[in-house]
Amino acid sequence: MSEVAAPARHRELGLTDAEYDLIVDRLGGEPNDVELAVFSLMWSEHCGYKHSRRLLGRLPTQGEHVVMGPGENAGAVDVGDGLVVAFKVESHNHPSAVEPFQGAATGVGGILRDVFAIGARPIAVLDSLRFGELDSKRSRYLMNGAVAGIGHYGNSIGVATVGGEILFGEPYESNCLVNAMCVGIASRERLVRSAAAGAGNLVVLLGALTGRDGIGGASVLASAELGADSASKRPSVQIGDPFEEKKLLECCLELLEHGLLESLQDLGAAGLSSSASEMASKGGVGIDLDVARVPRREPGMEAFEVMVSESQERMLCVVEPGRLDAVRAVCDEWDVRCTAVGAVTDTGRLRVLEEGEPVGDMPVEALVDDCPLYDLAPERPSEPVYAAPRARLEAGADLAETLLDLLRSENIASKRWAFEQYDGLVGSRTVRRPGAADAAVLHLGHDGASGAIAVSIDGNGRRVACDPYVGAVEAVLECARNLACVGAEPLGLTNCLNFGNPEKPHIAWQLEQAVDGLADGCRAIRVPVVGGNVSLYNEGGGGPIYPTPVVGMVGRVPDPASLPEAGFVEDGHAIALLGPFRPALAGSELEARRGKMAPGLPEVDLGAHARALEAARAAVRAGALATAHDVSDGGLGCALAESCLVHGVGARVDVDELVARLGQREDEADELDAALFGESPGGIVVAGPHDVVEQLIAGLSTDTAVILGETGGERLVIETGATARLALEVAAAREAFEHGVADHFS
Amino acid sequence: MRFGVVRFPGSCDEVDALLACRRFGDAEVVWHRERDLHAVDAVILPGGFSYGDYLRVGAIARFSPVMEAVTDFARSGGPVLGICNGFQVLCEAGLLPGALLPNTGLRFLCRQVDVRVANPDTPFTRACARDERLSLPVKHGAGRFYAPDGALDELEANGQIALRYAEGHNPNGSVRDAAGVSNEAGNVLGLMPHPEHATDGLTGSTDGGKLFGSVVEHAVERAAVAA
Repeated sequence: MSEVAAPARHRELGLTDAEYDLIVDRLGGEPNDVELAVFSLMWSEHCGYKHSRRLLGRLPTQGEHVVMGPGENAGAVDVGDGLVVAFKVESHNHPSAVEPFQGAATGVGGILRDVFAIGARPIAVLDSLRFGELDSKRSRYLMNGAVAGIGHYGNSIGVATVGGEILFGEPYESNCLVNAMCVGIASRERLVRSAAAGAGNLVVLLGALTGRDGIGGASVLASAELGADSASKRPSVQIGDPFEEKKLLECCLELLEHGLLESLQDLGAAGLSSSASEMASKGGVGIDLDVARVPRREPGMEAFEVMVSESQERMLCVVEPGRLDAVRAVCDEWDVRCTAVGAVTDTGRLRVLEEGEPVGDMPVEALVDDCPLYDLAPERPSEPVYAAPRARLEAGADLAETLLDLLRSENIASKRWAFEQYDGLVGSRTVRRPGAADAAVLHLGHDGASGAIAVSIDGNGRRVACDPYVGAVEAVLECARNLACVGAEPLGLTNCLNFGNPEKPHIAWQLEQAVDGLADGCRAIRVPVVGGNVSLYNEGGGGPIYPTPVVGMVGRVPDPASLPEAGFVEDGHAIALLGPFRPALAGSELEARRGKMAPGLPEVDLGAHARALEAARAAVRAGALATAHDVSDGGLGCALAESCLVHGVGARVDVDELVARLGQREDEADELDAALFGESPGGIVVAGPHDVVEQLIAGLSTDTAVILGETGGERLVIETGATARLALEVAAAREAFEHGVADHFS
Repeated sequence: MRFGVVRFPGSCDEVDALLACRRFGDAEVVWHRERDLHAVDAVILPGGFSYGDYLRVGAIARFSPVMEAVTDFARSGGPVLGICNGFQVLCEAGLLPGALLPNTGLRFLCRQVDVRVANPDTPFTRACARDERLSLPVKHGAGRFYAPDGALDELEANGQIALRYAEGHNPNGSVRDAAGVSNEAGNVLGLMPHPEHATDGLTGSTDGGKLFGSVVEHAVERAAVAA
């Protein structure tokens, strides 16, 4: 049928001919402009998850603490005392690559709305960012803008930005990643769902005016590769207004507190189209919307433009007609616009009206459930997908030079330049600020609960590129290890899967492997996935990004008053290494600095890691350790140096036993490199009074616990037996660590 | 003793200020549309981004109805403490001298700094010793205090620069390291550091408590005199 008449318009909107035919079939005729626009967005990758939904089914979502799982605006877990913690991570990659300040700012704005849409007060934001290497002007421009944008939005709205990570690599040069995670808190009975209910109830739009900004953002930006003309897509990037959202946030929470709303949903990608369809779908009802009633920012907007506008700072809610006046009164107090724009019906259809005249009529089921799902055609690549990184470190560097180079390298160096631009304190809950511990810790005392939560966000794309399955497992373990360093038991996980074009077999393979890795990692440590987001088509002129699954976790800390820090605190403490740490150079930062990158990472014994995490958590919870710091990028050498430089406390350690654990190698230099700078999941450096640490070690097997040495002095000295291998002034280590990133912006 | 914490649209640290005040006395939130301060003994203008800080920091909030009552309260000698955005609002309202400009680094900055008590004879610093060092966090993008030289000489002579950043701790380029500035009578103080974020050992330093404690001492004394 459509062979003859198929207008090219649907292809411009990102729909295939087969998808167009399916729409014609579902509608029983050709779609008009409004219907085509709505379908093109609802069936985009960003809204419809058509290439990833089947794979995501492999992730475990059940757990004893889960209150809301995937499918709601955010996931939620029970933290006891009648409280739940809601959280979700979402990407805003393509908008940030096109316009970093507004792209990142609206990324934060969007994830905040997801959290207060379920009735939780946002209390923390974490960000996971990826850029090209910092000697590139474009990377500095993107990072400068994205960091300022995150700060602008989070600071202005009064939600603490408490943590995050920033990593660099050439594959992110044209396609940076901006993933933002929001954590909120609510009393369990205050949670609200987004399902519309009750034919005759009003559909009310709250917040900002609707303009032409962000039209088609979900399909144009989020669901296609970036090309040379990306700058011309700048008008598709939304503009954020954190003041408007601050009022909207307080207003929505007050409306919910008074029990005035039947349901609530944020307007994100695809604007009214998506929000109304999702609400109707979940409630098994229909919705009529009159676009003429939607308050506009500019004159002359077409009906379809109003339906797909991605103007920020808007929420859609369902209100019983008798409560509309009370809703208006609260909105007036907050100077928040409040307009009844439609009604719930029992038709099961999304009807778009303009001054009462129908201009679009679509079955909700077709919009939400009939989006075709595609099986991937994964194929393990026979050739390396990525070029090796540029070599930065000379081959003849000795161990001290190597350590300094790593500490100064942008992936390992302090990100203080960025996190000092964020208010990490507002809310008065922040027990561990950025840089003070491996996970941020927020106490719940003001919310009527004992204890605290710990939050972390992690993912190392380069390691996932080496081995998508093991790399994804490692992301889960690293996040859990960061939590263990503050004694937190993980309750739930959210993830953002940032990948290239899944229609390419090698990208599909990465995606499938990584999802399997996430699933196995989560099962091993019994953490359910409660929500997440998928960002595909992250490819620029230079090819695909590293496959980058980003994992965010929330855990419970029973006693925040006795937590260790990441740094050594005083002289004379015993230092030990906990965990099944088997460092190898494969996929390490050192290999990258040397310009090497080879496929494959060592296998991970999930059972051993799960047991070690429990042991580490118990050790921290016992309350007598002064220091606990995760060993990650740059290996044990960097972890020790980082612990030294926080308070300027040196250390003398002997790595003989660790070298022995790695087994005999032919080359002694290689052996030491692996022990000091090799990477592996599982390692945690701890320190504390001798009796405490010795007693801890005595209760663990030598496979998973070794005494390394003692804190003290002004140098980090690393020995094997009686031979000193490396001696570095702590001041020099700090100099390198503090300047590695900051100097690029001075 | 009761504190009133003003809440403007866009205030962010009002709950933090409320929690800090309640460690030392009673406290309630005063909505910006109120024209009556409910007979509170001290007023706090909290940090945040009132009205989005659009136009210029603090420039719109000063026109909120509540500011008339705050002005009357200040003129009658009542203690008014402006923290961060509250300091900016007080400058815009003409209750404090000088102005707050964008940080010299042109970036928002959140870090712990040390300040020294330059004048311990104000209602806000009376529990401190002269030159006492306090560790307080700052978090702002426009905290560079500025006034012309002549005016600064006068402020210094009057002891109106009540708090100074310790050497090497000035985060924003404030002239003469001014971190906290009072009016001539001494009953209105604005400061960029956040004492309300330094009252709980679990979340950092507790040095900010000295300021709240001072206000309570002062208010109790003032009430006794009035009685």
